Amino acid sequence: MNDPGPYRPLTYFQLMEISLRELLVEKAVVTEEELADEVEAMRKRGYERGARVVARAWVDRDYKQRLLANGTKACEELGLEVPALKLLVVENTPEVHNAIVCTLCSCYPRMLLGIPPEWYKSRNYRSRMVREPRAVLAEFGLEIAERVAIRVHDSTADMRYLVLPMRPSETEGWSEERLASLVTRDCMIGVAVPKA
Amino acid sequence: MAKASPRPLKQQFRPGDRVRVMEAYPLGHVRTPFYIRGKTGMVERLCGAFPNPEELAQMRDGLPAQPLYRVRFRQKDVWPDYRGGPDDVLEVEIYQHWLEKP
Repeated sequence: MNDPGPYRPLTYFQLMEISLRELLVEKAVVTEEELADEVEAMRKRGYERGARVVARAWVDRDYKQRLLANGTKACEELGLEVPALKLLVVENTPEVHNAIVCTLCSCYPRMLLGIPPEWYKSRNYRSRMVREPRAVLAEFGLEIAERVAIRVHDSTADMRYLVLPMRPSETEGWSEERLASLVTRDCMIGVAVPKA
Repeated sequence: MAKASPRPLKQQFRPGDRVRVMEAYPLGHVRTPFYIRGKTGMVERLCGAFPNPEELAQMRDGLPAQPLYRVRFRQKDVWPDYRGGPDDVLEVEIYQHWLEKP
């Protein structure tokens, strides 16, 4: 039987990755344990960090101003380390809806949102989000009224973006923690809005 | 210790300035998307100055640092057949050496 089944040989880039990793370990630049720990830490990181930032901005007007002025510093205030992240926070208002894409690759604020979803890296989302954002958002179940302007941010270089969604009006008096539970990953990419 | 870095290049544009993205097609690692080349927009803000990624990709230091701008484009200026409101915009980060006065 010659049918190899689902077997596929390694791709060029998989081979490169394995070769580089083995070399780094062999030369004692990093250890296997350090690599495993880093991968584990990356997997564990979720969007809850971003949600905390949003909830704080909802309850604290001064914090919100600082967040919009300098996203990186405002995250550090909450004890969130965001190395290699120049964060621009863009605010949704009744007049403007923001959404994030990276057409060149898949730049994403991983330190705040964790590993990006598959669709964020897909050619479909990346090419269509800049071209026909209203149609793409509708496919996510988000209909944006004509009178609301859509502002699409293409994350092409050194900045990373986080959408600050609007606080739902039925949440008067909610605790910061309860507010944070409304803020999903998709809300902070701009393909959804929080609902109470 | 590395020698002192040269100062970033002088900022040539201000928020509110009209700018056009150069229509050029160099080879190599370029972070200016194809769809925005040749289009005219407005500087929204200066993001800071960063080593030139086209140089970094060639294992050079990318210095002096290039000013990086967020440029806002009207969707109708980017895609003539765009379907959506006239206020819909696209914002893209563009390095100074890709920008010129329209």
